[in-house]
Amino acid sequence: MEQHTNSGNPNVDLAYRRKKNAEDMKHQVISFVLMIFLTLIAFFAVGYDKFSPWFSVPFILLLAAVQVAFQLYYFMHMSHKGHEVPSVFLYAGVFVAFLTIWAFMTIVWW
Amino acid sequence: MSTLARKKGVGAVIWDYLTTVDHKKIAILYLIAGGIFFLAGGVEALLIRIQLAVPNNDFVVGGLYNQILTMHGTTMIFLAAMPLVFAMMNAVVPIQIGARDVAFPFLNALGFWLFFFGGVFLNCSWFLGGAPDAGWTSYASLSLESPGHGIDFYVLGLQISGFGTLIGGINFLVTIVTMRAPGMTYMRMPLFTWTTFVASALILFAFPPLTVGLILMMMDRLFGGNFFDPAAGGNTIIWEHLFWIFGHPEVYILVLPAFGIFSEIFATFSKKRLFGYSSMVFATVLIGFLGFMVWAHHMFTAGLGPVANAIFAVATMAIAVPTGIKIFNWLFTMWGGNIRFTTPMLYAVAFIPSFVMGGVTGVMNAAAAADYQYHDSYFVVAHFHYVIVGGVVFGLLAGAHYWWPKMFGKMLSEKLGKVTFWLFFIGFHLTFFIQHFLGLMGMPRRVFTYLPGQGWETGNLISTIGAFFMATATVVLLINIVVTTVKGKKADADAWGDGRTLEWAVASPPPEYNFAQTPLVRGLDAYWIEKMEGRKGLTPAEPLGDIHMPNPSILPFIISLGLFIAAFGFMYHKQHSWSLFVGIAGLLITLGSMFLRSVIDDHGFHIHKEEILEAENKGVKA
Repeated sequence: MEQHTNSGNPNVDLAYRRKKNAEDMKHQVISFVLMIFLTLIAFFAVGYDKFSPWFSVPFILLLAAVQVAFQLYYFMHMSHKGHEVPSVFLYAGVFVAFLTIWAFMTIVWW
Repeated sequence: MSTLARKKGVGAVIWDYLTTVDHKKIAILYLIAGGIFFLAGGVEALLIRIQLAVPNNDFVVGGLYNQILTMHGTTMIFLAAMPLVFAMMNAVVPIQIGARDVAFPFLNALGFWLFFFGGVFLNCSWFLGGAPDAGWTSYASLSLESPGHGIDFYVLGLQISGFGTLIGGINFLVTIVTMRAPGMTYMRMPLFTWTTFVASALILFAFPPLTVGLILMMMDRLFGGNFFDPAAGGNTIIWEHLFWIFGHPEVYILVLPAFGIFSEIFATFSKKRLFGYSSMVFATVLIGFLGFMVWAHHMFTAGLGPVANAIFAVATMAIAVPTGIKIFNWLFTMWGGNIRFTTPMLYAVAFIPSFVMGGVTGVMNAAAAADYQYHDSYFVVAHFHYVIVGGVVFGLLAGAHYWWPKMFGKMLSEKLGKVTFWLFFIGFHLTFFIQHFLGLMGMPRRVFTYLPGQGWETGNLISTIGAFFMATATVVLLINIVVTTVKGKKADADAWGDGRTLEWAVASPPPEYNFAQTPLVRGLDAYWIEKMEGRKGLTPAEPLGDIHMPNPSILPFIISLGLFIAAFGFMYHKQHSWSLFVGIAGLLITLGSMFLRSVIDDHGFHIHKEEILEAENKGVKA
């Protein structure tokens, strides 16, 4: 397995790691703020009675998908090196689940 | 603590196997249990063929025939083919990648015992009021109406053994991802390891739909649910979809490892590198991927509509492409090779035409419009037996002969092995080839008898005779095993003399730590490279040192036993009120053992350097 950038001896390449960690922290704070913001929008979309459910339900599902991506890539470090195999399996699982639900939506409960 | 080369009593050996977490011993357990279920499924097949040998026969009729037919299919797929595939994986894969064991040895043992108790539970049905009788697919419209507890045995038994399979699959994924020896890149993995990897990924994604389907069925049958009952707002088609979303990948879970076994055998006995290695890997992954998009071809006549049928028909036909790539690569591996027709090689060579025939009828079945004719006829029976027997069973028999010396340290007799092969090969084609035509002449599947005068008599008689050839072949194989166990000659490390992959570099049978020093892998066919450069052994990647080993444990056995008891309890809870407490007690046994596993620290033990040196020196002399 490749070296994770957030593990190993902390004394190696101290300057580089400092910079890297600072960058990571910046990304995490930005995505955290964005996630709070997305959650507020979701609450607003549901609470605002001018929006019909036909708009707000797909809309908050979309926001949920974005949040999952933020969670995986910025908080669980899937953007870092050494996470290739887990992401392959994650996407394969998403694909199979999607196919199943899609088939049920189209040919079972049509 | 070391158990190297020490004579033990019978009780100690049994205890050793009950508690073992060693992948090589678990392989033997899988082989024995899977072999016994294979014999049971074979006897059921013989009963079916005896009943059908002549028209208007009354050997096994009606309900009993349905039970035997259902149990033949269920046993052969879930309790024979799956565990035998796992036997091969356990025996070989960790050694092929240069590892000392699988990633989770405890889970490996748990996977075996869950499968075993699930299988025993399913077969208890014979003695407790009748076996399941709705076919191995157990379609809900039929199985919900089935009286007695047969279907409950099916649902609970498969649920338990399915957990075991899922655990085994995840274990091999993690093992192959994380435990490859230094230098063993993905594109240097032997093809059996690759196919195990892809098959394990398929297990990971295919078994959850089965689990869901079985839970829904359990709710409907035992706890008053209505998921599949249209009268109560359910939908019976949901079971069919869930079953086949699992069921189609299942076919590839079985056949991909068989492809891997053949790939190893072709290369070894042609004395050539496997032709088109990277395209073989690509084809394996592609088959695994496409395997998830074709399940509805089992349901063309269920009324999905022309659009859905067309999509699934085309997707199904697409699978012929990667499979064709593989067939040509095997042929080109043999082309110009220095071929030795050993028993495993005979199976491998016979596999190609047999499997291609199954593939061709597969494409015929995939043509949705034509399938309306073939559906539920003996044509389909002939098709899937050509694929499963001609592919999977040939593969398992080939693998068993090929790796027998590695697993048990003795060579199987080549003479008896070839007798087995010819009897089995002739019997197989005699049984199933004629069934294509019986199907085209209109003989339906799953029906326990037929009337004379429809032109089906000769065909059925030939088919039954063929089945007895296969039974004789199996008896010869058993004799072979007994004879060689008693007085077989000791196998060398490189038992066939032309071994290419890492497992042939360690003693037969391998020491419990597999490699005294983790090897350095310098290319595809790592052991072959070392031999060609004139070395005796592998290039080590680490100095000789103490080896850390996991402790044996009885907990996997007890966890599985708890579920076995719980299944009985919940099954009878409607008849007997006390039965519910048996079910809860069973679950408590399982959860209690899991709790013990979590709180007791188990650090394993070390095999010391001196013991390893001693064992290795003995191994060289032997």
